[in-house]
Amino acid sequence: MRVYVDHNATTPLAPEVLAAMTPYLTERFGNPSSLHAWGQEARQALERARAAIAQALGAIDKDTIVFTAGGTEADNLALLGVAAAQQARGRHIVISAVEHHAVLHTAAYLARLGFEVTHLPVDAQGLLDPDEVRRAIRPETVLVSLMHANNETGVLFPIGRMGRICRERGVTLHTDAVQSFGKLPLDVDGLEVDLLSLSGHKIHGPKGIGALFVRRGTTMRPLIHGGTQERSRRAGTENVAAAVGLARAAELMLQGQEGEAKRLADLRDRLELTLMAALPGVLRNGHPTERLPHTTNLAFAGAEAESLVVALDLCGIGVSSGAACSSGSPEPSHVLAAMGLPRERVDGSIRFSLGRGTTPEEIDRVVEVLPPIVERMRRVNAGLTPAAGVRA
Amino acid sequence: MTLPLETDGRIAVAMSGGVDSAVAAALLARQGLPVVGITLRIWPSLRPTDPAQRFDSCCSPGSVEDARSVAQALGIPHYVLNYEAEFDREVIQYFTQAYLNGETPNPCVPCNSRLKFGSLLSRARGWGATRVATGHYGRVDRDPVTGRHRLRRAADPRKDQSYFLYGLTQDQLAACLFPVGHLEKAETRTIARELGLAVAEKPDSQEICFVPRDYRAYLRERAGAAIRPGVIRDTGGTAHGRHAGVAFYTVGQRRGLGIGSPQPLYVIDLDPATNEVIVGEDRELWTREVEVDRVNLIAVERLDAPQRVLAKIRYAHTPAPATAFPLAGDRVRLAFDDAQRAVAPGQAAVFYDANDPELVVGGGTILRQCKISH
Repeated sequence: MRVYVDHNATTPLAPEVLAAMTPYLTERFGNPSSLHAWGQEARQALERARAAIAQALGAIDKDTIVFTAGGTEADNLALLGVAAAQQARGRHIVISAVEHHAVLHTAAYLARLGFEVTHLPVDAQGLLDPDEVRRAIRPETVLVSLMHANNETGVLFPIGRMGRICRERGVTLHTDAVQSFGKLPLDVDGLEVDLLSLSGHKIHGPKGIGALFVRRGTTMRPLIHGGTQERSRRAGTENVAAAVGLARAAELMLQGQEGEAKRLADLRDRLELTLMAALPGVLRNGHPTERLPHTTNLAFAGAEAESLVVALDLCGIGVSSGAACSSGSPEPSHVLAAMGLPRERVDGSIRFSLGRGTTPEEIDRVVEVLPPIVERMRRVNAGLTPAAGVRA
Repeated sequence: MTLPLETDGRIAVAMSGGVDSAVAAALLARQGLPVVGITLRIWPSLRPTDPAQRFDSCCSPGSVEDARSVAQALGIPHYVLNYEAEFDREVIQYFTQAYLNGETPNPCVPCNSRLKFGSLLSRARGWGATRVATGHYGRVDRDPVTGRHRLRRAADPRKDQSYFLYGLTQDQLAACLFPVGHLEKAETRTIARELGLAVAEKPDSQEICFVPRDYRAYLRERAGAAIRPGVIRDTGGTAHGRHAGVAFYTVGQRRGLGIGSPQPLYVIDLDPATNEVIVGEDRELWTREVEVDRVNLIAVERLDAPQRVLAKIRYAHTPAPATAFPLAGDRVRLAFDDAQRAVAPGQAAVFYDANDPELVVGGGTILRQCKISH
């Protein structure tokens, strides 16, 4: 039995999504900018997809949606686009210390260009105090970018409260909602955000597509220059099939969203509780309730994350240590480090992220396989050599 | 051929991306053994300006790709593990510190004993593996009388790497496998060709895999602040000009001193305390006695009495007859029958049994000798 519990890294394409996309990869191949029937057909599909994404975010105006090549590009467009457009007003931006690298490294790039970047701290459970946002905003602040749900821990930031603070101060607020989109109800008006990033492949959609919600009136410049596609906010022939796929994937996520969240939260709790019952020295990283239903980040004392990932993979179980994008990086998880967790705990932490295909049997398999692996690692790390011939 | 194996556990094969470790993995996989390929990524993630991109050696980014494609061709699981920090700590820091101390390091020695058969072995045990295999040219066996795990020279004398493996403990030797150790290099390449492995014709890697071309430029980049110019003096105390830093010289070196003299002058000593490079004539380079520190014994548990050995003082050195005298602690004094030229402190001295020249008795690190008193 193979068990994939790394859905925050990526998800399999839903068959319904593939079915929705296929015509636009084959017979309906038109360029949405063309005048003729082929173009019109593609244009229609693209705009329907745009409307579906807007609707999924509670936005009335479909033109608030800009399709991008993924969540990372959406984050880049938000940060670089606002910074470029509003730098005359000020060159200060605020982010949190636990942002995804798409935001963190883009902010670092802006810092190299002369912007000042404030990194807001989080507490030991990964939560961010909205008062920190209030205190960080200055007259020259042009953008606050705070993620909705953390990709490593699943911890949620109270974006709505931060939105009100930013609105009061007249500062643009961006949220990276790549991990929460489709999994939790999202409403751009309730959250009071000006910009929101989302991605297709985290919700059983295709890779290579994402979107940025841009509230009307938000001053932003494009990153990609060329034609007038996406109302001149993102040049380049639109990826129609992927946009259609993204829209279909979003629709599927919204159907029975509440029930699925409950189902995944139950499976996740079962995973956590059974592991903690089977093994001493298992700690959960992140707030117990203020988090996504399908993500858990657990520290296994005396074990090492990268080795756990390998050992589990050899048993057919896919998990990750930290974010997939930073696997193999020498630095410990910046998210867990920002929570003030000791280095040994960070080094022994792995992330499980459940998804649509996750079954109770799969969870049972994980809790059957993992404890003996951890125990063996603890024995080895304590200097005890396992008897030759012992196999997992 | 079948390898003598009593393991039924998984075997982790350290795959550098070269032909030797590829064939090691292939030989084990061909026997139906449960093999998992591991590549240690010792380089920083690629950046456009990375010097690592400019050359191709063991464990460089291009080699990681080679290892991956070999594993795929063999149909074995393969993982690239990040060893950047550990490699830096255990190998590169040792390497630079040795040069700063006026010594000539053997970085492959700690890479083998601390990384491949140290941290990788213990990780592999964590995954349930019982062995770590590499593409080293060396052989291991067991003493039928004492039960000790022994290290022997490879079948191919020109490729023998036992010199770099002398630091392995009994536990490490019990767990290591060298599947190509009994092959001639040409046979290894033939097997690689037969198996259609893409790395079959890949050139042999350099001795120091992480130094692109010139170790001096590398040292300047890594530890430039700690390197200071100083005086070049001869053994009589006469100054002969200036040097760029003791780290840039090796005992026996003649070129690059930038000093004129009627007799050819060689580096005969490097003194980090006074930051002086000591030069002298060829005859002053010859030493009969060498003291060796941090000795690891393999064939025997203890050296209780002087033993006749064949001692090798650098990789390219032909082992020379000597007597090994045990000293206090983990030191040994080697008294060579004939004086040896340019013995460089920091290099490994590995001693082989005089009666069984294939057998590694043990080895250690050459200490700085008191040359000036000669």
